[in-house]
Amino acid sequence: MEPTQNSFLSEVVQASGEKLQACYQCQKCSAGCPVAYAMDILPNQVIRHIQYDHRERVLSSKTIWICASCYTCSVRCPNNIDIAKIMDTLRNIAIRSGVKPGEKDIPLFHSVFLDAIKSKGRIHELSLILQFKTKTRDFLKDAALGWKMYRKGKIKLFPSKFGGGKEIQEIFNSFEKREAK
Amino acid sequence: MTEVSYYPGCSLHGTAREYDESIRGVADLLHIGLHELEDWTCCGASSAHCTSEELAIELAARNLAIAEKSNRELLVPCVACYSRFKAVEMELKEGSRKIRFPYQGNVPIRYSLDFFCNGTILEEVKKKRTKPLSGLKVVCYYGCLTVRPPKVTGIKEYENPQHMDHLMECLGAEPIPWSYKTDCCGASLVMTRTDIVRRLGQRILSMAKEAEADCLVTGCPMCQANLDTRQEELEKEAGERYDLPILYFTELMGLALGHKDVRKWLGRHITDPMKVLKGKGLM
Repeated sequence: MEPTQNSFLSEVVQASGEKLQACYQCQKCSAGCPVAYAMDILPNQVIRHIQYDHRERVLSSKTIWICASCYTCSVRCPNNIDIAKIMDTLRNIAIRSGVKPGEKDIPLFHSVFLDAIKSKGRIHELSLILQFKTKTRDFLKDAALGWKMYRKGKIKLFPSKFGGGKEIQEIFNSFEKREAK
Repeated sequence: MTEVSYYPGCSLHGTAREYDESIRGVADLLHIGLHELEDWTCCGASSAHCTSEELAIELAARNLAIAEKSNRELLVPCVACYSRFKAVEMELKEGSRKIRFPYQGNVPIRYSLDFFCNGTILEEVKKKRTKPLSGLKVVCYYGCLTVRPPKVTGIKEYENPQHMDHLMECLGAEPIPWSYKTDCCGASLVMTRTDIVRRLGQRILSMAKEAEADCLVTGCPMCQANLDTRQEELEKEAGERYDLPILYFTELMGLALGHKDVRKWLGRHITDPMKVLKGKGLM
C-alpha cells in the first residue's frame, strides 16, 4: 500500500527510504531495545503512530532522543525495517520543524557538538564538555572524574592546530541555508 | 611492508590516547606503515546524523575524498567514525546524491579490529609472539557498531561474533563465552542521560564478573571510556565490586608481542590493570 501524499507517513518513508508500512507489530524491536525502559513510547508504537499520522506525538517524544542508535531493533526486524535509521530521520525532521523536544539535554548536546566542529573542524573534548556545561549550568557533575582523567594524561588541554577550516565552513554554510528554508 | 592510511578520529587524540599509541606500536612491530590522513576533520559522529543526513554525509565524505588521493586502504580505529564512513559509502553508491567532494567511492574502509583479525596478520602475530597471555581469561566486548548493522559492517555473525575471540586465542589468552558481547553500553548518552549509561554499564560489568573474566577487551574508544572511567561510580551505585580492567585489543597484542611501551599505555587507565596482569605473571 502506498502512503497518502503529504502525510507524515509519506514524509518519513521518503526521507528514510524505509517501508515502514510493512510493520505488523510483532514488537521484537521493543523487546530487544536496551533503552526501552526510559522511553515514553516504545519503538513499535512509534511506527504505529507514524502510520496513523500522529506527527506531533512522535516528534515531541522522548523516545526519538533516547534511542542510542545501537541498531539491535534494525537487525531483528522480520520485515527488514531499519528502525534505528527511522529514528535518525525523525530527529532530523524534529529539528527542522522546531518542535519542542521531549528531552532537553540530548538535542542541546548535539547542537553544541556541531558548533564545536564548525569552529574547530575537530572535536577537542575538554572544550566540548565546558561548552555543554556552560549551557546546562551543571559544572559539578563529573568534575572529580575529569581531574582523575587529567592526571592519567587522558585530557588534552589545548586543541591541535590544522587547516581544513574553509571546507568545513562551506559544509556548515549550506547546511544552515537548507535549515533556514 | 603494508602501507595504509590512518584516520585516528577525535577521541584518539584525547581520552583514547592509549588506543592510538598501542595501534601505532603494534603496527610498527608487524611492519605496517600508518600514514595519518593529512588535514582530517571530525566525521560528525552521532550528532551529525541525528541532526541532518546531508551534513553527516558531507562531514564524512570530506575525509574519504582525502583518503582517495592515495591508493591505500583506510584504517579507522574508532567504531563510530568507521560506521559513519561505511554508511556514507553505502549511501553514495546507492543514490544519485551529489556531494561537494570529488569522492568516487574507491577507498577500502577497514575497521581496526577487522583489519588485525585478518588471516595473514594472525599468522604473523602467532610467529612473533614473545609473551603468550597464558591463563588470562578475557571477555570480548564488541559493542554495537563493530557488528551492526551487518549491511554496513559486512559481519555475518552479528549476534555472536567470534573474530576478537579468535584473535585473543592467537595471543594465548582464554576468551570466555558470555552473552553480553554485542549489548549497547549507551555511550552516545554519556553526557546527557548518565543515568541510562550507568544502568547499561552495570549490567555489562556484572555479567563479565559472573563469567569470571580477568578483564574485558574492546576496540571501541567510547565503550572503553564509559566502562573504565566510570567504573568506581557504577560500583558505588550498584553496591557491587567489579575491579575489571577494560583493555583495548591492541594493548593486549602489544603485551603478547613484547612492545616496550605497554606499561605506559596501561598506566593511562583509570581501573588499574597492573594487579591482574602481575598476578598472571604477565607484567
